[in-house]
Amino acid sequence: MADDGAAVIDKAGLNTLITALARRGRTVIGPTVRDGAIVLAELSSGDELPYGWGVELEAGHYRLRERADGAAFAHSAGPQSWKTFLHPPRERQWTAARTADGELEFSEDRTPPPAYAFLGVRPCDLRAIAVQDRVLTAGPHADARYRGRRRRAFLVAVECTEPGATCFCVSMGTGPAVGPGYDLALTEVLDDNGHRFLVRAGTQEGESVLAELPRRPADPATRTAARDRVAEAADHMGRTMPPVNLQTLMRDTLDAERWNDVTARCLTCGNCTMVCPTCFCTSTEDITDLTGDHAERWRRWESCYDLDFTHLAGAGSVRSSPRSRYRQWLTHKIGTWHDQFGSSGCVGCGRCIVWCPTGIDITEEAHALNAERAAATGQPR
Amino acid sequence: MTVLAPRASVATVPVPYRVVECSAESADTATIALEPVGSPLPAFTPGQYAMVYAFGVGDIPLSVCGIDGHRLTHTVRSVGATSAALRSLRPGTRVGVRGPFGTAWDLDAASGRDLLLVAGGIGLAPLRPLVHDALAAPQRYGRLNVLIGARTPGDLLYTEELRRWRDAARTLVTVDRPDATWTGDVGVVTALLDRAAFDPANSVAFVCGPEVMIRATARELVHRAMDPDRIRVSLERTMHCATGHCGHCQLGPLLLCRDGPVVTWTHAQTLLFVREL
Ligand SMILES: Cc1cc2nc3c(=O)[nH]c(=O)nc-3n(C[C@H](O)[C@H](O)[C@H](O)COP(=O)(O)OP(=O)(O)OC[C@H]3O[C@@H](n4cnc5c(N)ncnc54)[C@H](O)[C@@H]3O)c2cc1C
Ligand code: SF4
Ligand code: SF4
Ligand code: FES
Repeated sequence: MADDGAAVIDKAGLNTLITALARRGRTVIGPTVRDGAIVLAELSSGDELPYGWGVELEAGHYRLRERADGAAFAHSAGPQSWKTFLHPPRERQWTAARTADGELEFSEDRTPPPAYAFLGVRPCDLRAIAVQDRVLTAGPHADARYRGRRRRAFLVAVECTEPGATCFCVSMGTGPAVGPGYDLALTEVLDDNGHRFLVRAGTQEGESVLAELPRRPADPATRTAARDRVAEAADHMGRTMPPVNLQTLMRDTLDAERWNDVTARCLTCGNCTMVCPTCFCTSTEDITDLTGDHAERWRRWESCYDLDFTHLAGAGSVRSSPRSRYRQWLTHKIGTWHDQFGSSGCVGCGRCIVWCPTGIDITEEAHALNAERAAATGQPR
Repeated sequence: MTVLAPRASVATVPVPYRVVECSAESADTATIALEPVGSPLPAFTPGQYAMVYAFGVGDIPLSVCGIDGHRLTHTVRSVGATSAALRSLRPGTRVGVRGPFGTAWDLDAASGRDLLLVAGGIGLAPLRPLVHDALAAPQRYGRLNVLIGARTPGDLLYTEELRRWRDAARTLVTVDRPDATWTGDVGVVTALLDRAAFDPANSVAFVCGPEVMIRATARELVHRAMDPDRIRVSLERTMHCATGHCGHCQLGPLLLCRDGPVVTWTHAQTLLFVREL
């Protein structure tokens, strides 16, 4: 077997990983059980990982489920994603002061960005981070604070060995095997030879962290078991997208009947946009203090389902009907995102399906649009 | 918190400008001239816009309607909180400006051709620097036409200047609702096309105004066999960031803050005819 530096660690090694990252001044964030869900929170020890917890997912449904095997990462996406930390829900952009002589002074927050370590980044979520990187830093203007947080973040990816019923990363080409962008990648293996993790480093810092862990060189049996579990996961996707060019499908179906059907079920609550790991939209808010001489510019997450999102003075909202707002969301995710940012805006994590109060399923809608187009054009699906 | 060195991130953090001139254009519209207090922003090109910040209220996209060295001129129509604050500015007041943002008109493409500038309402503001540039180098272009539509005679912008434009360009003006003193045209701006001096096969059109007016004008021009690639329109959508990060300004595949506001009719037409895109 090639010497790729891969190693095997056990649960104690995972504990050491957390302390090693904390010792490097990082805030370690990872999955833990809280309020009936697996949430992302600061971890101080490996004991806080959700050992023995799985999740039961369906459209509009999320429930924790105890597992007999004690696995740490046998749960798929929870309600939050890493964007909560990299692209926070509310952020001050600058402050302005009016001086006694009437001048305006603008100041930007120059405190160093937090140094995060994310433990347990799923392959789909690793891609979602790359998607937000493109949106927020690759255009003509970069979001400097996002970039600061992103550059300092240390990413520990975990390959998926047990996808949820709402997952479709295979359709989106984002998982269950890990893609590029991680510092360390883990694959959890549980069999007669014990509970252990295959670890690979993707960066120099990853290598040096790995070197601090109690580990042994990767043995062929662990490598094979890891590979097999990820391969099996690929065969157990709960959902699929229609196997067509989704960008063209969206362009072709702007006038479809199906939008009326889904609009009858959509509450335009915006949950899908809040849980989606790539949705990035924000609104700005300007506030002043009581003296009136200090002002602040804030930016907060916004949803394209909000009626005011496209408000134009004098003309009202461009997208006033719920139909046009659901259509905007879906066509942006899997269609026009390609035009705007050169990739899909959907990574197949399934969160929007799980957290939709009425169980609207992005894959089902795409299949229905594809079927409607096929029927209209007489083409095979 | 430290005070920013000028120019550090002019795309997201405003730069202080001083109001040096304000003049009322109409009951709800004023033209303001701004000069940098310290270092200026990079140079603006006609068609581009700035995000202009009224202290404590907010910032909104305003096209540059005049560029003179580092001096920026904007015409602002009061339609809401921020535009009302900017319309009521007094000389000496400080505002914040970010920019320059967006695509330009591309006057070079018009070299050697007839020029057709069609404006509705406040849409004349972004076209004004084009008129200035064209009048400054008349030999570069064919015939120059400026077609202007306004709601009422009282809403007409730059009335002093219009007199000078009339000497050098075919300047036609129409209003929706005339008053007792109005002796000119009444009706939609497209009706003026019949009297414009241009060869559709060898012209470039620059169009800005309400969306219905843009559609009607472009359709009329295409009907006269103008190449949709040579019709440039400036579109408006909600803009919060101007940097491509907030998502508000989407028009199908376009982020108008970045890919617009000026786009060719070839691009715009398929998008504008989809309802509520
Ligand atoms: C490229 C471009 C160039 C333009 N050039 C000019 C020009 O040269 N001259 C001109 O007069 N106009 C111009 N406009 C139009 C001008 O930007 C709008 O009229 C202006 O944004 C109106 O802002 P307002 O705050 O005055 O109005 P409002 O209607 O009060 O607010 C408009 C904006 O604020 C947001 N908003 C409203 N209420 C809230 C709230 N409660 N909380 C959060 N957000 C809210 C809306 O979503 C909207 O984005 C241009 C527009 C664009 C896109
Ligand atoms: S699709 Fe579901 S989650 Fe999204 S806005 Fe509609 S009801 Fe809310
Ligand atoms: S659209 Fe839905 S499935 Fe796709 S990335 Fe967003 S939340 Fe996940
Ligand atoms: S104005 Fe924010 S993305 Fe265009």
